[in-house]
Amino acid sequence: MMKVKTTTNRRIQRELDKRAPKLVETGKKTLILQGTKSSRTLNGLFTEIYHLKKGTAVRYTRKNDNIRPFESGGETSLEFFSLKTDCSLFVYGSHSKKRPDNLVIGRTYDHHIYDLVEVGIENYKPMDLFKYDKKLAPQVGSKPFIVFVGEGFENVEELKHLKEVLLDLLRGEVVERLSLVGLDRAYVCTATSSNRVFLTHCALRLKKSGTVVPRMELVEVGPSMDLVVRRHRLPNDGLKKESMKTSIDKPKKKEKNVSKDAVQGKIGKIYIPDQKVGEIPLPNKAKGVKRERREAKNMKKNANGPASKKQKEDSK
Amino acid sequence: MEEKQVDLGNLMAFNPFHNYPSLPTSREELVKECIQEGTKLVQAIADSLFNLPPIEDADGPLVKLPPPTTRLPREKHLPRPKPPTKWELFSKARGIKNRKKDKVLWDEQTGTWKRSYGYDRVNDDKDVPIIEAKMTDAEPGEDPFAKRREDKKTRVEKQKNNRIQNLKQAAKVGALPSHVQLAATALPITGTQSAPKKLTKGELGNVAGIAATATASGGKFDKKLPGEKAPKKEGKHRKYLPVVEGSGIGSLEKEQTEKVLNKLISKNSREILNVDKAVNMYNVKKERKQWNSTGKSTSTSNKLKPKHKPMKGRNKPQKKGRKDSSKKRKTE
Repeated sequence: MMKVKTTTNRRIQRELDKRAPKLVETGKKTLILQGTKSSRTLNGLFTEIYHLKKGTAVRYTRKNDNIRPFESGGETSLEFFSLKTDCSLFVYGSHSKKRPDNLVIGRTYDHHIYDLVEVGIENYKPMDLFKYDKKLAPQVGSKPFIVFVGEGFENVEELKHLKEVLLDLLRGEVVERLSLVGLDRAYVCTATSSNRVFLTHCALRLKKSGTVVPRMELVEVGPSMDLVVRRHRLPNDGLKKESMKTSIDKPKKKEKNVSKDAVQGKIGKIYIPDQKVGEIPLPNKAKGVKRERREAKNMKKNANGPASKKQKEDSK
Repeated sequence: MEEKQVDLGNLMAFNPFHNYPSLPTSREELVKECIQEGTKLVQAIADSLFNLPPIEDADGPLVKLPPPTTRLPREKHLPRPKPPTKWELFSKARGIKNRKKDKVLWDEQTGTWKRSYGYDRVNDDKDVPIIEAKMTDAEPGEDPFAKRREDKKTRVEKQKNNRIQNLKQAAKVGALPSHVQLAATALPITGTQSAPKKLTKGELGNVAGIAATATASGGKFDKKLPGEKAPKKEGKHRKYLPVVEGSGIGSLEKEQTEKVLNKLISKNSREILNVDKAVNMYNVKKERKQWNSTGKSTSTSNKLKPKHKPMKGRNKPQKKGRKDSSKKRKTE
């Protein structure tokens, strides 16, 4: 025997529809969480990533003692959290003697771990140590410019991987139309050596240049840090191929009332509202009203309804 | 010479040819140089971005971005197409086309316009006050109203089953609508109607523990699943003393017996003896002997008492009474 369980609530149904697989995806949500031990640097970084990605990030503040993304068996609860919060990007931090200020950035596909990059945080400088004109402060949720500098991002495999993950993490929502007024931030990633990346967050100042294109000026607003690549795990080929699939045909908006004909070419249908031939008023029977009340209403209408209508006509 | 890769869809730029001949020594210089290089690339993105044809909007100029060129993995799989239902297959084979029904229809029974479905609909069974009996009726005694109701019930049930069948087919392909869940109510063998009780966490753990230890080795050499914990051991575990005494262990058994003996033989072993209890026991025995010799006492209360010798544990309150009486006798 089977039973069909459906939502009783339209609101919940909408929420579930949001989580359903889509033909064109617009962006990923990020889950930020920590292991058993975290450091001050990491805690500060978590809050700042959360603020930078506000609206598309979920922050977990409790300790998690059974998450070890690189080990088998250590990803179960992470995958569960990913399913629960509908996040497909995660930032996991831990602090140990062997790997101080450790940050694991990873992605999931279908709520299973897709790939992982482990970086150490060094030379971390939080937002509040930067002095700048507060008018320049970037807005929440604005689309950032992302810039990668350095040959390491092409030659070194780890950095190449890190670049892709960072792009996924930082790029924000995928949009079709962009307002040019809302451009106010940029991330600059520079590969300083074969395993070290300097990452900083800047505000943009647009200056007049006399042409259409304004002159760009970057003002560092923080946070800034060095990422030292430690371990990384690439996705296996089958999964990668599966996850890179895109729909060839975009979901077209259904074109209504337009058809094509070999002889006549494009044909459009025009609908004219119904002719009111009979002018038969339908009984006013709202379903929500109780029967007695409805009947009482009808009785009342029959008693003095037509008289008032006539008066109206007279006044016209 | 310098070539920059610009991905306008992601607002991303990449300069793969830049590298530092010698890294700047101080942090400030490094940051300065990085930002300088970054500004160049941001300018490169802006050059192509601001040259796109703008669309004027109330909030300022908008720009239509090209699709991103950097391929990033999807978040979830592509939506799978829903398999056709049985009716859809059938109607396609027969060439049946859907036609739209009117929402309100003229009801001849009542002479009004009514909705075509739902409460108070057209041709509702409830509106039929009289059904004429016919000669062709199968059974003369049958209630035609009840039959109509029964028929409707079966129709509804059939539709429900059809729906479940179609949903099962969809679930097989993984194309179940996001708001629908299919849940098994009972195992098909048992055929029970009520939904099975949900197992608690503890019960599940117990069952898992039993299953895990149901091998010849007691689960010792079985492969563990990821995240599986060792089953909890419950119940008493008696510890036996070693049969053969090794040199290191010492004679445990000897120690045990000595402990008991010492207690009995020790100087103040009298304190172990509860004098009050011993006196009581002595008195009770004495009294019992007297009773047996003189026959049962004549008091009425004693007649009600059971004749057989009461069990040891049961007669605590009785004991008290006897004790009192014995004392009285002594005083007499």
